Amino acid sequence: MTAGAAAAPAAVAPDLREKRLSSLERQMQIDLSAQNVVRRFGDFSAVDDVSFEVETGRFFSILGPSGCGKTTLLRMVAGFLEPSSGRIRIRGADMAGVEPNRRPVNMVFQQLALFPMMDVAENIAFGLRRRGVKGAELRKRVEEILERVGLPGFGEKKISQISGGQKQRVALARCLVLRPVVLLLDEPLGALDLKLREQMKVELKNLQQQVGTTFIYITHDQSEAMVMSDLVAVMRNGRFEQMDTPPNIYNRPATPFVAQFVGNNNRFLGRLRLAEGGRAVVEEGGRNRYFISRPEHPRSEAPVEMYVRPEAIMINPDRRLSGLNRMTAGVKTVLFDAGNSRLIVVPENSGRELMVALPQNRQYDDIRVGDRVEIGWDPASAFCFLSSAPEVDHA
Amino acid sequence: MHKGGSGRWIFLLFFMPVALWLLLLLVLPHVELLRMSFVSGEFGAGGGVTWDNYLGFFHEPIYWTTFLRTAIYSIAVTLIVLTVSLPIAFYATKIAGAKAQGFLLVLLLLPFWVSELVRVYGWMIILRESGVLSSFMLALGLWKEPVELLYNDAVMIMGLVYTTLLFMIVPVISVLESLDDSLIEAAYDLGAGKLAIWRRIIIPYAMPGIMSGSIVVFMIVFGSYLTPKLMGGKNSLWFTEQIYNQFITYFNWNQGSAFGFLLLLLSSAIIWVALKLTRQKLSDVLK
Repeated sequence: MTAGAAAAPAAVAPDLREKRLSSLERQMQIDLSAQNVVRRFGDFSAVDDVSFEVETGRFFSILGPSGCGKTTLLRMVAGFLEPSSGRIRIRGADMAGVEPNRRPVNMVFQQLALFPMMDVAENIAFGLRRRGVKGAELRKRVEEILERVGLPGFGEKKISQISGGQKQRVALARCLVLRPVVLLLDEPLGALDLKLREQMKVELKNLQQQVGTTFIYITHDQSEAMVMSDLVAVMRNGRFEQMDTPPNIYNRPATPFVAQFVGNNNRFLGRLRLAEGGRAVVEEGGRNRYFISRPEHPRSEAPVEMYVRPEAIMINPDRRLSGLNRMTAGVKTVLFDAGNSRLIVVPENSGRELMVALPQNRQYDDIRVGDRVEIGWDPASAFCFLSSAPEVDHA
Repeated sequence: MHKGGSGRWIFLLFFMPVALWLLLLLVLPHVELLRMSFVSGEFGAGGGVTWDNYLGFFHEPIYWTTFLRTAIYSIAVTLIVLTVSLPIAFYATKIAGAKAQGFLLVLLLLPFWVSELVRVYGWMIILRESGVLSSFMLALGLWKEPVELLYNDAVMIMGLVYTTLLFMIVPVISVLESLDDSLIEAAYDLGAGKLAIWRRIIIPYAMPGIMSGSIVVFMIVFGSYLTPKLMGGKNSLWFTEQIYNQFITYFNWNQGSAFGFLLLLLSSAIIWVALKLTRQKLSDVLK
């Protein structure tokens, strides 16, 4: 009786357990991993000891200025370059010595690299043909992917007949039709004009969510990285400075470089001091003192760099808000740039200039050059780093 | 009004030499040759209009077999030149640096600073029985007796390839220059091997250059006289030699003119077929 009762659920349970396990596994599966990857060109290390892991279905961006090594890193994943040392694995398989045409990754090139002598359908069929897909199956898969990228019936068009945005989608379709484990994108939106780029960002993100392929996207445009990515790595001089979610990159930059590169920032150089009530202040030029909330550097007198974002600075802050760094400042310039408008102000008793965001909600419409305004920011909005800047003497 | 008028005069002034050149040196002689090819009798004097000169080509096997041989050899030389040129052009544009590319082009151009005659004699000095290569091999003891390397089809083809190589390399280089490297990388990335990259990407992309080079090489080889005459054997007759014989040896200008026009028509037909086969347009190829 008991044996019988136990047997019935037992027949179902392993099945269920397996299912749950495999879906869990699928979530946790690492599609791409890099371990201590180094690439040297002569004495110069273009990529210098980079390690990361990307889980299945993630949109991972590598953000950095030109020459930071992001293209080199991507080309190593694609197989066009071999690492000088370190390991690249795709779904656990070591890629050392594997040719680009044998890797389960595909790449969307910066200039798209569509084949001009073939029509749209032939461009997309190119990879499938190399795998021996033929006839009706080939046609079906090409039509399916054209539909998916929103270009149904475009198969017979020539490459020269379609627009920039459409070319973009053909380049994506050409890779996605091969169902790669990882899709690499080398700044593919760079050639588009602003409006189209904004639109393609959203489309690309939606497409990635639909197909569920892991995307590795490299760009120097922080907005592209922020909008689309699950995870962003900020790269500089061949190293990852920080790897985190877009909000954390913006709100909690790990290094001064990230603070300056992602978004805008006002930079202050000064010394850390402990002020009354155990609060920490940054003293700039021996005169101006700004409260900071998190004294992460215990050493008093330590040279520090402090960053405050223009959008973290309030204009005419409410009197009731307490604990703000408040000051009066003269308006030097009004920079009108639609939604990104800013003021340049000079606080009293200081030679420095501050950039302050100017929201276009009519509240500040009467601000003119030469006006005096009250500004202030919450100490928690400022980031502080131990300084490596040479301006501060260590005597 | 006045400006338009003077513009027309200036145009005529510059156009005149070209027009005269074309009219006097190309159109008039050809019209006369065309007339002669359709009449009989010495220099067309006294004879009536006839097709005999053209029919003679088809009736006498030696004529059309020579023509066929010349055509097949010309196509073969063109294909050999193409096979040799593609890797050279690819190396010069994609693998060698910009500096090395200039140097390579100068190396390729250098032989063309001396006349074809001198170049052919150069080969003859090397290849003849008492020539450089033969003596060298004898001195090394590899050959027991002098070997005659000249006067056979293989050496003639080599000579023709050598004299026409540049006319293929230059147009192919100029199209490959515009080939974006990322196209090759994209094909590689999408799973293509070396062979597929050549067949599906590089050659189709270079097709206009390949065809314009092929037309030039084919025409030069088909119409060449010196190299087949000097390097070919006694029985490797070139069609141009037949034309020469008609004019100079037999003094049969009527037959000679007919052969000349047949050469023009038939070689144009071969090029037309080649363009159709490769789906190229003449206007694209001539760009």
